[in-house]
Amino acid sequence: MNDKKNTQALTPNHTAAAAGCATCPAHNASNLLKLGVDMTDWDYVIALAGNPNTGKSTVFNALTGLRQHTGNWPGKTVTRAEGGYSYGDKRYKIVDLPGTYSLLSTSLDEEVARDFILFGQPDVTIIVVDATRLERNLNLALQVLEITDRAVVCLNLIDEARRHGITVDDRRLARDLGVPVVPTAARQGEGLDALLQAVSEVATGQTVCKPHRVKTESAAIQTAVETLVAQIQAAFPGVPNARWVALRLLDGDDRLADAIRSGELGDLRRQEPEAMQDLVIHLEPA
Amino acid sequence: MTTDNLTSTDILKTAESLRWQIGRDFHDRLMEDIYTDAARLADRAVTRPDEKPRFDLDRTIDRIVTSRTWGFPMMILLFTIVFWITIVGANYPSQFLSSILIDKAVPFLHGIADAINLPWWISGLLIDGMYLATAWVVSVMLPPMAIFFPLFTLLEDFGYLPRVAFNLDNIFHKSGAHGKQALSMMMGFGCNAAGVVATRVIDSPRERLIAIITNNFALCNGRWPTQILIATVFIGGLVPAYLAGIISALAVVGIAMLGVVLSFVVSWSLSRTVLRGEVSTFSLELPPYRPPQVWRTVYTSLIDRTIYVLWRAIVFALPAGAAIWLIANITIGGTSVAEYLINFLNPLGILIGLNGVILLAYVVAIPANEIVIPTVLMLTVLMTGVNAGAGAGVMFNAQSNSDYMTLFTAGGWTLLTAVNLMLFSLIHNPCSTTIYTIYKETGDKKWTAVAALLPLAMGFIVTFFVAQIWRLFAG
Repeated sequence: MNDKKNTQALTPNHTAAAAGCATCPAHNASNLLKLGVDMTDWDYVIALAGNPNTGKSTVFNALTGLRQHTGNWPGKTVTRAEGGYSYGDKRYKIVDLPGTYSLLSTSLDEEVARDFILFGQPDVTIIVVDATRLERNLNLALQVLEITDRAVVCLNLIDEARRHGITVDDRRLARDLGVPVVPTAARQGEGLDALLQAVSEVATGQTVCKPHRVKTESAAIQTAVETLVAQIQAAFPGVPNARWVALRLLDGDDRLADAIRSGELGDLRRQEPEAMQDLVIHLEPA
Repeated sequence: MTTDNLTSTDILKTAESLRWQIGRDFHDRLMEDIYTDAARLADRAVTRPDEKPRFDLDRTIDRIVTSRTWGFPMMILLFTIVFWITIVGANYPSQFLSSILIDKAVPFLHGIADAINLPWWISGLLIDGMYLATAWVVSVMLPPMAIFFPLFTLLEDFGYLPRVAFNLDNIFHKSGAHGKQALSMMMGFGCNAAGVVATRVIDSPRERLIAIITNNFALCNGRWPTQILIATVFIGGLVPAYLAGIISALAVVGIAMLGVVLSFVVSWSLSRTVLRGEVSTFSLELPPYRPPQVWRTVYTSLIDRTIYVLWRAIVFALPAGAAIWLIANITIGGTSVAEYLINFLNPLGILIGLNGVILLAYVVAIPANEIVIPTVLMLTVLMTGVNAGAGAGVMFNAQSNSDYMTLFTAGGWTLLTAVNLMLFSLIHNPCSTTIYTIYKETGDKKWTAVAALLPLAMGFIVTFFVAQIWRLFAG
């Protein structure tokens, strides 16, 4: 507590928290650095996930103004691309993850995406989904929501859906998923402002997400997950994704077993949204 | 710390025992639960119009371009059209550029050099070596690239490439390779280094290695111009003028297809010898056709591909031009270094239906395939002395295709030389950038060596046999 107060006197706002505690917004900088993301000049880091060929790269280009070539075929982005943009008075670093259909297999592209969302703990994960193929795209969205609870769904290609006579009730979807859903047509630039707004609200904690979690029918699996979650939470208090960690362990994920053995998992504390921290800091001097 | 570690071990132990209890189908059950939820949520949110199965353009196109009967003919037709437009369209701008950059600029630069009394060897090195090599690269390569790359990118944006991958998938599967190899191969048609990186989408290390090793057989940016030029000059020259464009286009398509066939053959052999194993399955999504954003595509493909490849070619052409000028002008006992090298390589070159000049050009061009043709032309001029005006070691000024022909004929080229050059360009070892990428991706010196030397050996073997058979029949 004292720590926080002292640093706050030196530097205003959230950077103070960065120096003072592990739960700061420029948070997790060391883990991000390990993943190759330099957070020096940035306030927030945004991950961009989605199925291949949903216009993910187009969204990335539209947000960053980069002119990366975007091809119309799956598997275009194998490695991570990075860019940045400013919105309001904050600077966002955006990391384009490889497009994948799931996060549960062993292929390298899925591993990159999965590990980045878990260990990089981006402030917001934008999940780009194709409005014309919602069902298949939601498979990935639900898997992302198992890992992180700070996400915005970008319901892209809404223009194509309209052309095919499909309507998607984005408000109902947002209620069901428990995260903001923004319809966009990135190629035409439609809906991008709303997307940026939603992202900034989640990043600053103005919007609090209550993501949908998949329920399993099998009692045996339920008990197994609960047992493991209890142990994980006891050993690593404050880990935000205990359920996901449990699921991965049951699936035999070596990367997570390593993270538990090395104690790396303990670094992943739940981060307070910035607005709440500001509140705390403002209250303290009094 | 110790307690922490103890607890960690406990968690892992619990997880291990629980895994036994819940059984092996955990992964599938989990996926099933996710799919069920996704279906339910999607169903609640999506309203589809009350439509009877109406005419669906995408499906109709797909039925044709991925059909068993029409898939391959359509593919060949489309690529032939693309190359035909490229070959016919590149002719005039190419002549225009060479008349400006070479006919006008070289005497002009020499005039300046003389006026300021530059020593002959400095003006030679700068103008006749570095400048000419670069000007040559620009006038030979820029026009076809500026036409071909936007066209190819438009096909890509439209969504055609996944259909090609779909057509090829079955054959790859039968070759014991992963179907996704079709995707990394498509990427290789742009750049093999990028294609090698793209193989990361393949999970199985065995299949990934096959994809990496065979990616070289996808004709890359640096090799398209070689194929286009040689096909235009030699193959197009065999037929009446009105057929020349289409026949040379077909020759280029034929070489590209041969590359595809070779990657099947090599995949098949590898998967039955050193890389034996199960074939994995995967699902390939055919994305919807999207009207390409024409201007955007032309712009990005000019920036991303044309300028990038041209820049790379220029960067390598400058030192190569200097090197060629030097080896052509440094003499030992009255004979230039280049002549020694060429005479040394000539017996081997002739044996495989090429010549010493071409082999030396391939040595010079290891860093970038882009400069093979300029190097070949420059060395041929040096060896034959065709160009009386400019002196040995200066690139010959070839204004039209018949000028190239004169030059090549003087260099002792025949149709066999041209055909084998096209074959060797397709099959030989990848450029040094790609080799380095392969090393980074595999982290293994042995497989990197295989990926570099196997194609090289194949290049020699194929051209050798073609030459022997050709000579047998053509006398």
